[in-house]
Amino acid sequence: MIENRPFLNILTHLVMILGIAMIAFPIWITFVAASHDPIRMTQVPLPLLPGDQFFINMKNTLFGRGLSGTEIAPVWLMMLNSLVMALSIAIGKIVISLLSAFAIVYFRFPFRMGFFWLIFITLMLPVEVRILPTFQVVADLGLLNSYAGLSLPLIASATATFMFRQVFLTIPDEMLESARIDGAGPMRFFWDILIPLSRTNIAALFVILFIYGWNQYLWPLLITTDTSMTTIVMSIKQMLESAEQSPEWNIIMMTALLAMLPPILVVVFMQKLFVKGLTETEK
Amino acid sequence: MAELILKDLHKSYGGTEVLHGISGDIGDGEFVVIVGPSGCGKSTLLRMIAGLESITSGEVRIGGRVVNDLEPAERDIAMVFQNYALYPHMTVRQNMAYGLKIRGLPKAEIERRVNEAADILEIRQYLDRKPRQLSGGQRQRVAMGRAIVREPEVFLFDEPLSNLDAKLRVQMRLEIRKLQERLGVTSVYVTHDQVEAMTLGDRLMVLNAGHVEQFGTPLDLYERPASVFVAGFIGSPAMNFLPAEGIEGGLLRLENGATLPGARGAGPVTLGMRPEHLIADSEGPIRIRVSVLEQLGSNTLVHGTLEGTEREMVASLPGIHQIPEGEVLGFLIRSDELHQFDAATGKRL
Repeated sequence: MIENRPFLNILTHLVMILGIAMIAFPIWITFVAASHDPIRMTQVPLPLLPGDQFFINMKNTLFGRGLSGTEIAPVWLMMLNSLVMALSIAIGKIVISLLSAFAIVYFRFPFRMGFFWLIFITLMLPVEVRILPTFQVVADLGLLNSYAGLSLPLIASATATFMFRQVFLTIPDEMLESARIDGAGPMRFFWDILIPLSRTNIAALFVILFIYGWNQYLWPLLITTDTSMTTIVMSIKQMLESAEQSPEWNIIMMTALLAMLPPILVVVFMQKLFVKGLTETEK
Repeated sequence: MAELILKDLHKSYGGTEVLHGISGDIGDGEFVVIVGPSGCGKSTLLRMIAGLESITSGEVRIGGRVVNDLEPAERDIAMVFQNYALYPHMTVRQNMAYGLKIRGLPKAEIERRVNEAADILEIRQYLDRKPRQLSGGQRQRVAMGRAIVREPEVFLFDEPLSNLDAKLRVQMRLEIRKLQERLGVTSVYVTHDQVEAMTLGDRLMVLNAGHVEQFGTPLDLYERPASVFVAGFIGSPAMNFLPAEGIEGGLLRLENGATLPGARGAGPVTLGMRPEHLIADSEGPIRIRVSVLEQLGSNTLVHGTLEGTEREMVASLPGIHQIPEGEVLGFLIRSDELHQFDAATGKRL
């Protein structure tokens, strides 16, 4: 639609700028708070312009003792924990979903529809609903305070299985037949044809799942008691209620900034594939 | 090089039988076209030969070897699909080499075969492109190239030209024929297009509702159709059918009372007359009331009804004619071009 009405232009721009400001302002405040020293952050009014302590705060947060007077892991370790968890969840989900979608679409085995519906039913059971039994299982397996415990219970994914099922259903049958005539066995077909053809969908799903994994809060909170296994998202909350003293906002906000960074990087670098994966239809 | 033998092939899905005993010997290097209306089972038959569908009963032999229980890759066949089924993420070269790579052929040999096929099909300059960068005709060539490099005993084509536009189809049709003659590989080609079938095949197998109606050379089918179905299917415009009755004196009586000579027996028959075999003659016994003319330039198609009845008929007159609507024309037909079928069974008399 092409329209040339200056008033409308200004109005739409205003609305857009307002929206952006509403989203950006808290992030700006986070950045500003992360660049002052702790004393300035306890004085009212709070600063609106950045200070000069940004890199010192960053160094202290990443490698230092973090908050004074508490036993908390350095933030780099938390970021590493979060990264391992998020990657395990994202990659694990993709691998399992690809395989189960492959089985459901291309193989005829007894109770195929039964399994299909079993997977479907798990859609109704997110972690929050099954949290107690899941915790019991993980505890009995001795997986508390481990990367496996952090990621395994979150890996099974009905949503991703369905998505790959849809993707596989759009691939023409002749592709399979052609591969069979070429002499490719099932796993060869999976590896040589199916995976490359769902490449963009895998990328799009990776972005979504990585952020999902990175932002996990409730599950890590339950399952990790050892400070060396805490993830960054849950630790921000812990920092707030840590000592008797007033919260050290500069460190907390720096941690928050660092926690935002990896999801942003993933989105920025995979944006092209992400959009392609969600919109591409031609196979 | 091998002959392909089909022996009493049946195919059922659940309880419904879709192929009722197909037999036929296809000689070494022969080009056989399986033709029939959609739903007649021709694609199923081809896929059974390829090994993509299981065989309910019967036997498929390739080069003397029963292949019923072999995987498609072990049958030494190559297939060209209607939608080409090229792997979209591989280059043309990779597409052609994929099957050979899986078979474990040495790199140099793969390279040699791919280049050779590319030269034959004149697609050498496209070898490093992806299929989506090619036009329909070029993709079709790549699909054929993929079949050629396998150096198979039998080529199978499943309506390979139906995704192309009319002009390209005619051109590719010729090329497929030339290619097959050059390579001399036994080929089975499925199509619903009777012109394609007539021009391509050494022999045609006409399928109808899971039965072989007739298996013979194109001219055989044209000149001596075995049934009403084949007669109506082969030839364009389609043959005219008229009910008639054999009466004394070796005459055939049409519905409007007119009589033709040449009865092969008494009782009801179905007469078949090709439009191009009707000869205009003012005294002719077949009288047609003209309704519409189709001017094709080289000939004129006269549509009308048999006088005194509602039977639609078509006659093809050479050259250009102007005939007013409603006029009645007389036609003759040579008795050796007058086909007679049993009125009940539809079989040729």
